[in-house]
Amino acid sequence: MNLIRYLKVYTKFLHTSLASELEYKTNILIDLITAILSLLGSIFLLYIFFQNNESIGGWEFKQALIIQGIYTILNGITNTWFNPNLTEIVKHIREGTLDFVLLKPIDSQFFISLKKITPSGFLEIILGFCLLLYCIKINQIKIHLSFLTLSLITIICSICILYSLWFFISTTTIWFVKTWNATEVLRSFLYIGRFPLNSFSFSLRIFFSVFIPIAFITTIPSEVFLGISQTWKILLEVIVAMVFLFTSRKFWLFALKFYSSASS
Amino acid sequence: MSNLTNQKIFTLLKVQYSNMLEYRVEIALWAISGIIPFFMLNIWTNNNLNESINISDVMLSRYFLCAFFVRQFSVVWVVFSFEEDSLMGKVSPYLIQPLNPFLRYFAQHVAEQITRFPFALIIAFIFFILNPETIWIPNLSILFLSIISTFLSFLIQFLIQSIVACLCFWTEKASSIERLLFIPTLFLSGLLAPIVSFPESVKSWIYFTPFPYLIDFPANLLSGNHTNITGGLSMQILWIVLLFPIFKKIWSAGTKKYTAMGS
Repeated sequence: MNLIRYLKVYTKFLHTSLASELEYKTNILIDLITAILSLLGSIFLLYIFFQNNESIGGWEFKQALIIQGIYTILNGITNTWFNPNLTEIVKHIREGTLDFVLLKPIDSQFFISLKKITPSGFLEIILGFCLLLYCIKINQIKIHLSFLTLSLITIICSICILYSLWFFISTTTIWFVKTWNATEVLRSFLYIGRFPLNSFSFSLRIFFSVFIPIAFITTIPSEVFLGISQTWKILLEVIVAMVFLFTSRKFWLFALKFYSSASS
Repeated sequence: MSNLTNQKIFTLLKVQYSNMLEYRVEIALWAISGIIPFFMLNIWTNNNLNESINISDVMLSRYFLCAFFVRQFSVVWVVFSFEEDSLMGKVSPYLIQPLNPFLRYFAQHVAEQITRFPFALIIAFIFFILNPETIWIPNLSILFLSIISTFLSFLIQFLIQSIVACLCFWTEKASSIERLLFIPTLFLSGLLAPIVSFPESVKSWIYFTPFPYLIDFPANLLSGNHTNITGGLSMQILWIVLLFPIFKKIWSAGTKKYTAMGS
């Protein structure tokens, strides 16, 4: 019952934001070129790294491409859903329009996280999938049911962690108000998700798996792809994802207690 | 006459500086978001990738530290400010004033750089604590030249973005063009990998583009890595001389095209 209502609301969201985004048609073309160039640039960078080296952190070039593919998909998801919505929170809080969100008879986190959509991010998701398919071919990965379910589970967990990170940072604006750039910091940290975790030094590896679990986001799904992932890592990722989702939800509810609308 | 211009510049800078001081946390965060070069450095040295390009760990560390610095002081966002102002109709009052609105943005950028300076220093300081062997003191003339070349790099990027920003007069969302241009800037400027490491096929044409002069050249200069000083500086100036008339032309064409809200 509730679920159906939320689905209905979501289709309305989709409809309105797609309608407004499609106003800028040339923009979508430019975004497509940007996405392609960006992927080419990352592959170029990887190529430089592998120019005189067989492997980096135990990953060969064709294996590292899988990480690139997964990163591209996740980046596409970020650009389609997280970025347009969660940067909006800052605006809501600054201009006091969060009041209107809170007054609606619908969950505020749902509204804030899914209101908008930027369709050009889809292109990145498609590009990422194409790269992954290519990787499956060159790495001679055999596709079977358990492989598919495991990779799906890990990617979904990655999406959850990513979402929680974005949502967490955006929520802090309730206290700090002027943190447009906080998301930029997160963006630059996420950048390292393009590379295998093992290619970093020990201290950075710890930092990126304990404090900001970027390592989980791309490296573990890629390992699953290659069939070299241990079960405990997958389990750990599922647990981390659940903990992150749960805390981000609690943090939002906690933060709302401190929200005083524009004139109070 | 020149007194008046001086006064204008001084006032603009003062206003924008106090404006920027209000946003200290934001600028600090922005400074932190520029630490990607350090992650890259980590990949390079941790996998001994630099052996093949004949740069020692220390020199490469200095290179990436300088790349960080150059990037910090050549970040440009004029297209985003201008797009917002033009969408909101704020450009109209600016156009009436006897002052090119881009001078205002220019002052904004310079003021932001002044505010950013201490944060960048702190990050460099932390870097030196973690890697004490990389400490070096560039001699004064090199320091002076690299400050100039960083400023020239900033000017090139400012001009390119201003040209893109002027496209706002024709299309509403010029920032997507900027995002497109940012991709080659990111990968070809030397922020993520020094240009020396690029394959020969790329190196053969890259020096004819403005990209290597944005970060690679000033960073090499400051860090004491091998670079052609006169060649680099003259290419930077050449690009500015090329871009400036284009900006003037597109600006005057754009302002003629401009119709204010409600007209």
